[in-house]
Amino acid sequence: MHELSLVASVFDILEEKAREHGAARVVRVVLKVGVMAGVVPDLLESAFDIYKKGTLAEGARLEVVVVPVRTRCPDCDGEAVREDADFSCAACGSRRIEIVEGRELIVERIELET
Amino acid sequence: MSTKTISVVRDLLATNKQAAAAIRQELRSRGILCVNLLSSPGSGKTTLLESLSGRFKDRYRMAVIEGDIETERDAERIRAKGIPAWQITTGGACHLEAKMVGKVLGEVPAAIDFLFIENVGNLVCPASYDLGEEIRCVLLSSPEGDDKPAKYPQAFLSADCLILTKSDLFPHLPFDPAKAAAEALAIKPGLRVFTVSALRGEGMDALAAYFVEALARLRSAGA
Ligand SMILES: Nc1nc2c(ncn2[C@@H]2O[C@H](COP(=O)(O)OP(=O)(O)OP(=O)(O)O)[C@@H](O)[C@H]2O)c(=O)[nH]1
Ligand SMILES: [Mg+2]
Ligand SMILES: [Zn+2]
Ligand SMILES: [Zn+2]
Repeated sequence: MHELSLVASVFDILEEKAREHGAARVVRVVLKVGVMAGVVPDLLESAFDIYKKGTLAEGARLEVVVVPVRTRCPDCDGEAVREDADFSCAACGSRRIEIVEGRELIVERIELET
Repeated sequence: MSTKTISVVRDLLATNKQAAAAIRQELRSRGILCVNLLSSPGSGKTTLLESLSGRFKDRYRMAVIEGDIETERDAERIRAKGIPAWQITTGGACHLEAKMVGKVLGEVPAAIDFLFIENVGNLVCPASYDLGEEIRCVLLSSPEGDDKPAKYPQAFLSADCLILTKSDLFPHLPFDPAKAAAEALAIKPGLRVFTVSALRGEGMDALAAYFVEALARLRSAGA
């Protein structure tokens, strides 16, 4: 579990953006987290709440948008959302599947108070 | 006082990805094949490296970076085989990151063939962190059970090679190597699968040959 160190990287970005926009406070943070990103959204939220004390995001709300695994099949161009560990193409059975989404760990947008 | 929403779209792993790309480029230019070993604690990573050091002796030069939460023990085991080894103790962190590897890279002798990185024993977190390796191997030992690929898909999805270890224990355990391999291949088609007993040496020649072939490919691509 490395949620705390990921939250530290979130705060590096928050500080940089607040400075860039001359903002005193961050009030909302939206993270996109793939279900296969290897982190637990609840733990990210807890880590964020611990970390934010005494920072410019003290009163900020964290929103985690969970991104399901979406695959694309290079053989038939079919796209599908996956709920299990079976990565074969539901349409044509091909096993050369590409993961399009579901592994991301992204600070999508933030709301600043200026 | 007013609020405004700004679009950021910044990858939290970007810093690690950049550091990994720099390591990969440097090792390629030096003609060194880097292998990252991932597994649960105790699957046999260090024993595998000890056994490989015997196979490579007098033919190929290897070096090892050991990642552990605490202690120099694994690096000492490797050094006892006459192999240069660096221990990274993460002090609690559950995985190695590229910048940790980058810090010791300068000390790694230029004239080696293989750089093995033994990641922290953990089948979850290390999967998310590229270390600049050419080959990522996941080890699954027979006592862990053959149902692990579907339970820990990220590790298997990110791997190039699956090594089923402790094959000498197969007769004593309800472990079906064919089932473990099939489950892993359903997640990652094209995964190379090896079955070894590092303790007895079984299967080690084929694995060593796989690394030697990959080294030759790396060098012919860089030449
Ligand atoms: N029977 C048998 N035991 C093995 C084999 N390989 C390793 N072991 C044993 O498994 C235990 C763990 O092996 P290690 O090589 O230390 O495992 P590791 O993955 O490096 O462990 P960590 O670094 O702690 O994650 C030791 O007691 C080894 O002797 C094998 O091929 N057969
Ligand atoms: Mg070890
Ligand atoms: Zn972790
Ligand atoms: Zn298809």
